[in-house]
Amino acid sequence: MSGPTRTWAIIIAVIIVLLGVRMSIGGGMGRAYSQRLEQKAEVPANSQTNTPARTITWTEWHAVQPKIYFAAQRADPQQTQVAFSWSDTIGLWIGAFFTLAVFSFLYRDNAGYRLAEAVIIGVSAAYWGVIGFWDTLMPKLFGALVPSFVQAHVMPSLPNPSTATVIAMTFALVLGVLLLMRLAPKGGWISLWPMAFIIGVTAGLKIVSHIEGDLVAQTVATFKPLISPQRIEGVVEIWPTVWASLANTLVVVGVLCCLTYFFFSVDHKGVVGRAARTGIMYLMITFGAAFGFTVMGRVALLAARIEFLFDDWLWLIDPAGKRTIEVAASAVSMLCWW
Amino acid sequence: MRRMVPMWIAIIAGFAMLLSAFFPMTESLGETFGDVFNVVAAIAFILGAGSLAKVNLAKVSRRDPGWGFAVVTLICFTITIVVGLGKFGVPQNPQFAALPWSGEKEAEGGAFAWIYAYALVPITATMFALLAFYVASAAFRAFRAKNLEAILLLSTAFIILLGRTFAGVVLTGWLPDWASGLRLENLSVYIMQVFNTAGNRAIIIGIALGVSATSLRILLGIDRSWMGSGD
Amino acid sequence: MKTLVAILEKLDRRWIFLAMALAVAGPILIIGITGKTLPETPTPAARAVYNAIESLPPGSPILLSFDFDPGSGGELLPMATSLVHQCAARGHRMIFIALWPLGPTLIDQTIKKVIQSDYPNLKEGVDYVNLGFQSGNEAVMKVILTDFRKAFPTTKSGSAVSTVAAMKGIERVSDFPLLITISAGYPGAKEWIQYVVSSSGGKVKMVTGCTGVQTPQLFPYYPAQLNGMLGAIKGAAEYEALVNESLAPKDHSAAPNPKYLEAQRRMGPQLGAHLLMVALIILGNIAFFAARKTKAGATS
Repeated sequence: MSGPTRTWAIIIAVIIVLLGVRMSIGGGMGRAYSQRLEQKAEVPANSQTNTPARTITWTEWHAVQPKIYFAAQRADPQQTQVAFSWSDTIGLWIGAFFTLAVFSFLYRDNAGYRLAEAVIIGVSAAYWGVIGFWDTLMPKLFGALVPSFVQAHVMPSLPNPSTATVIAMTFALVLGVLLLMRLAPKGGWISLWPMAFIIGVTAGLKIVSHIEGDLVAQTVATFKPLISPQRIEGVVEIWPTVWASLANTLVVVGVLCCLTYFFFSVDHKGVVGRAARTGIMYLMITFGAAFGFTVMGRVALLAARIEFLFDDWLWLIDPAGKRTIEVAASAVSMLCWW
Repeated sequence: MRRMVPMWIAIIAGFAMLLSAFFPMTESLGETFGDVFNVVAAIAFILGAGSLAKVNLAKVSRRDPGWGFAVVTLICFTITIVVGLGKFGVPQNPQFAALPWSGEKEAEGGAFAWIYAYALVPITATMFALLAFYVASAAFRAFRAKNLEAILLLSTAFIILLGRTFAGVVLTGWLPDWASGLRLENLSVYIMQVFNTAGNRAIIIGIALGVSATSLRILLGIDRSWMGSGD
Repeated sequence: MKTLVAILEKLDRRWIFLAMALAVAGPILIIGITGKTLPETPTPAARAVYNAIESLPPGSPILLSFDFDPGSGGELLPMATSLVHQCAARGHRMIFIALWPLGPTLIDQTIKKVIQSDYPNLKEGVDYVNLGFQSGNEAVMKVILTDFRKAFPTTKSGSAVSTVAAMKGIERVSDFPLLITISAGYPGAKEWIQYVVSSSGGKVKMVTGCTGVQTPQLFPYYPAQLNGMLGAIKGAAEYEALVNESLAPKDHSAAPNPKYLEAQRRMGPQLGAHLLMVALIILGNIAFFAARKTKAGATS
């Protein structure tokens, strides 16, 4: 075993030992609880189906914070209203496993990471399909083409469609079926028709939006007065005026110089060359800012995942007060052990 | 035929959207085309799902390297589709309790919500979080102050990184009020409002010109590259 | 010095990964145990978001579009929490939509965390409603410009929008005095500006909370087309501090609920990671220039 490999093996072993210790001491970890809620609904009589009025009852389990379970247990150890949730606890551990499996890619590519990758590909594609079906196709497409079926089984209050809507949705259905022909071994060429519709609509939308919202509006926003008096109670303040005027001037100069740099039909020599060079400087500052903000964004996402591991799974910290006293005991005993 | 029909579909759809932005009497036409577009987009989700299943089934049947992971993908795909479309474990909707299909698919307690909370969220969020590590490694290896441009980029990055945290206050908070513009937190705001605004504005204007020109070429039938090369 | 340069030149990237993990995990543990957060001074862009919501009369309808997914939740969920917190405290009518498929679940999560737990007097369907997701990206925006109900015919729970009290008086998007988008990319704040704010001729006012990656790209739109902006987790922390301050009792006798301090807590690991990044860039440059000097010396 080489030096670095040995070092990494030691680090991983230490983490495993710490995890083992954490599992054996303190007030528990990685457990989820849920509360039972009895629901009731009155269903009116339906003369069409000849069904009398009746009351329907069912039970729902809602996830609750561990402190609610601890409080309920302290009040009555025999209570069954708030209980340990096997499904959510298993889910929590699976979530922790997937988090660590993805992080394990940082060491090297491995089966755990690939498993997580395979799972997410399958789940997310199916998830999007299901959402598209229930949220858009059901109320809009089926709601227009087979309204009575949708009203009878899924959305009773859905309004009846107008004739124009039915025609439009029939057209959408035809385009959709042609689009799905892409999956067929032959005849995929016909899927170009709905693609043409998608491209045409997108192009039509983008021309207006980009000219109106970006080209015109951004040009207007650029040309601000180069001298911008800043008044406080009617009196012009010198330094704020200087800073505001300088800012306006720098923006105007910057936009013009950057645009000059993007303009390749003229050689970047002489005045144009100097303007283009200034434009490059502006762009470098822009990219520096983009880098800084990208780092900030990614670190926030990392912090959220580590918080999940420390808070929800390991119960080492309790910043949102989900467990109160119990977790404090866990963290302190862990630190004492350390 | 195979190229003329799609080209005219694109032209008609595009001009309908274009006109609806200028003439109030064509507003409803644009609205209807937009609505049809939204439904076709939802069908495209199903196309995406079907396409994924097709690719992975082919991988399994050919026993390609790593086909075992394709099996995992297919199993997860099937489970999610079945529990999502079937609304497995979803409690009744109290408003329409008599209808078993009226419950919300993402409702707490349902299998679909479980998959969301314990598979989708941890994996996607952690994958995004991985970039924090790679951006650190890239910064260590690639950010070199070799010339003026690189120095400008690095200095800006430093000002943003420090000025957008408490470090900025600690490092430059002592500066007197008349020099408060030089405090890192104020410098970072000034950079964003002036230099970043100018740079990004030029990029936005450039993109706007490019997008509108390309869109116009499509609507006039000049650009047909989106149809591919084969007939 | 030579040894240090040699070590830096050959440094395995996994040590950098470990350093990043510690720089983030350390402050999380410290803040998690002590409960202390760093102070925040709001920038004008964050203050503008606060003022845009605060200046509306109570009961004003506000459109909140959740255009992100859990992948960006670490940055954007704290913003969503605070935005809904301020809207609920002001008594505004909140109409939630999503243009990202995973948005509706994040809406439910935020409603449960803020409205249902701290504002139980607000009624679903009257004071707030989740209209769920619609596919089509900018085409959805195009439709709601003229007919909101055509794009969103039902609520997420299946009721017809025409029967929902919260939607009273809303025919098109310009009927909302304020639009809030919490945006992670496409479609998001940029598209809302291009397709809705611009097309409405300035009638629609908009503020956004966006990811770090989007912040620099959106700055040119502020303040002409974008009335306020929360950029990355820092923007979220500034705004969170503003909202907490405004809703705190006058004598500051009670600390804010810890669930409303999420963004401010996250600024601790942010500080650790940013300092590490600066240190890494400096060390990388030291190694580079030292190696170049050595090479130049050997050549001459």
